[in-house]
Formats: sequence, structure tokens, C-alpha cells
Amino acid sequence: MTGVAIVHSHQFEAVLQLADDHLILGQRVSEWCGHAPMLEEDLGLANMALDLLGQSRALYAYAAEIEDAGRSEDDLAFLRLERQYLNCLLVERPNGDFAHSILRQLYFAAFMHPFWQWASTNSTDETLRGIAGKAEKEMAYHVRHCGEWVVRLGDGTGESAARIKAAVDALHHYTDELFQGSAAMAACAEDAILPDVETLRPAWTATITNIFAQALLEVPDVAHPQTGGRIGEHGEEMGHILAELQYMQRTFPNLQW
Amino acid sequence: MASPATTGTLDAARAWAAAAAVPDPEVPCVTVADLGILRNVTIEDGVAVAYVTPTYSGCPAVLAIELAVEAALLNAGFEARIERVMTPAWTTDWITPEGCEKLRAYGIAPPVKGSNSKMALFGETVINCPRCGSSDTQKISEFGSTACKAHYTCKACAEPFDYFKCI
Repeated sequence: MTGVAIVHSHQFEAVLQLADDHLILGQRVSEWCGHAPMLEEDLGLANMALDLLGQSRALYAYAAEIEDAGRSEDDLAFLRLERQYLNCLLVERPNGDFAHSILRQLYFAAFMHPFWQWASTNSTDETLRGIAGKAEKEMAYHVRHCGEWVVRLGDGTGESAARIKAAVDALHHYTDELFQGSAAMAACAEDAILPDVETLRPAWTATITNIFAQALLEVPDVAHPQTGGRIGEHGEEMGHILAELQYMQRTFPNLQW
Repeated sequence: MASPATTGTLDAARAWAAAAAVPDPEVPCVTVADLGILRNVTIEDGVAVAYVTPTYSGCPAVLAIELAVEAALLNAGFEARIERVMTPAWTTDWITPEGCEKLRAYGIAPPVKGSNSKMALFGETVINCPRCGSSDTQKISEFGSTACKAHYTCKACAEPFDYFKCI
């Protein structure tokens, strides 16, 4: 393998990992369609899912282009096996109640917003700069929307406060994985293609601390961070997501709209 | 009908005019040129090439827009090709002043220029009602009927309205 090919394979894997995060969370959030607590929120969740799926599509298309091996964006999204998906564990967590879903979205958006903000101005990769330029602003909406909800729930009724507190207890130990990156991400950071994810931690922590303070929530200490997604080791739920996500392509191979 | 011999700026201008008149499928009061998503139209080796940039990442209208632009060029007698441009990313700041005025007349509050929501956490931008012009408006939902709109209501004239989200 030549040096150029190795760089490309790092870049392919890093873009694929990003695409997987967005596809799996997009699939999860879209499960809310028709089930949200009120109409405006049903539209809100569907819109956020659409943003994530749109971003994943741009990323898969670019990953396919980098790989240049005849696989399409659909092949990458729908025809890989569970262990080949590189998404973090946070995004595959089940929806739970509304508080769980909103908090999961806030955790992810508060990470992706500074991630894309860095990439839109600093990335040496023109295509990623373009994807980032849009995604950065879309994720700002997600942070704002979910942040407002977390405050409303935390500083709301006894019931809503208990539910968002339960969501923090259930999900916070999945957030560390966002900053662990991977060998591919580290290689891309070295070439200034994508940010060094560890450097995004202060921005993420500031956003979460600010929102939690208003929501009367405490930021918990995590003794045992949950990781494994970046090397394809997923929770039991991942297979269930893929069963639904891949059903159409597995049942009717090469089906197109 | 243009012949290959006349290929040049005249043809490029005619191709632009044909493509630029295509209305947005979801907000038909404005054209793709008004929205700033038709970036350029050139004649390359006798083929009209339209450079189109997607708006919001998840906008389901992207394909419909590309097909409509291609059809408009074919109808105008050109061989046509669409090139999707990702960089630089589209921003609502590219909507022309004329496009903003058409949106307002249609009942959609146009985006506020330069308020690109970098991170105005909990910050509110004042949106004027497209019907009565009052600034006494209230956000109902950050997300509206399409990916590009938020939902507001006017407290002065009591009308609900859409606001074109800034990105």
C-alpha cells in the first residue's frame, strides 16, 4: 500500500464513522415520528432527524468517493454488518422517554456543533468544509432546541425533573466516547482534515454545564465510561436498529425509489 | 433554437434565463435564482451545465430542484447536465433582496441577514410579522412545516406565520 492510499483509508474510515453516527441517530430520532408529546415537537423531532439523515447522506456519498471501490452511499449505509458500523454507543441508545431522547440529542449536538465549526473554517478538505458549513448551523438549532427542553424539564414539575435526572444517570457515561476518537480520526486531525476531538471537550463541557445549571441538574462524575462503538463493538440494541434499517435492501436487493 | 455555431455568451445567458425561472418546489413564490441555489450556468462543449447547491442538509427537494432545472434547460433546446456544488455551503444570506420581498408578500417572514445562529443559545432574534409588520411576535416552534422554516405567531394581528430559518 502506498502512503497516499493509507491517508485515504484513514480519511475513508473517519468520514464513515461520522456518517454512521448521523445515520444511526437519525434513524433513532425518526422513530419518534407520529409519537411526540405534541404536534410542534413531532415536527421538531422529524426535522432534526431529517438534518441528521441529510448530513449522513452527504458523508456516505463522500466516503464512497474516497474509497473509490464501486460501493455507493446506499451500499455503505444499508449493506454492512453490525461489527462494521463505527458509530458511538450514545447514538444507538434506545429512545426511552422524551427526556432521554432530548438529552441524547443535546449531548450529541453539543459535540458536533464545535466539531463542524472547526471543520468549516479549518479543514484542509474542501468537501468537508462544505458539509461542515451547513451542518454547523443546523446543529446550533439542535443545541438550542434541546437545551431549552432540558431546562424546562429540569426546572419543571417534580415528574419532569425526575425523568430528566434519570436520563442523565442513564446516558452521561456514554458521552466520554465522543472524545476518544479513533486511529483514523487521529490521523485526520494530524492532517488538519478534521479536528482533534479531545480539543472539543471544553466547548462541550461549557455548553452542558451552562444548560445543566439552569436546569438544576448536576453534571455527574463518570467512573466507568462506556465505549466500544468506534471499533464496532455495539450494544444489543444495534442489531435491532439494523434489522429495521436494512430490511428493505436485504429483502429486495438493489431496490431504488 | 440555438445552433452550435452560436454557442457563447448569448447561449449562456439564454440558458441562465431558462434555468433561473424554475420555481422552488416547496416555496413556489420564489425561483431557484431568487434563493441563490442556482450558482451558475455555463456552456461546456455544447452542453448547458447548471451548478446547483443544496440548501439544508436534509432538504428532500434537492433532487426535485435538480430535475426541474434540467427539464427547463431541455425545454429551452439545450443538452443539459447538473453539477451539485457543496462548497461553499449555501447560506440564507444568498437569498436576493427581491427573493426576500417575494417571501414576505407570500406570507413567509424572510430570514434576518447575518443572524447565522452561530451559537446564540437561548438568544432571540426579532422577527417581523409578514402580514402586518408588527415586531410583537412569538416563536411557537423552532421547526416548522419544512426543513427550512420555523413557526411563529403574531400577537398584534393574531395570524400564525412561517419564518425562513437562517443558516
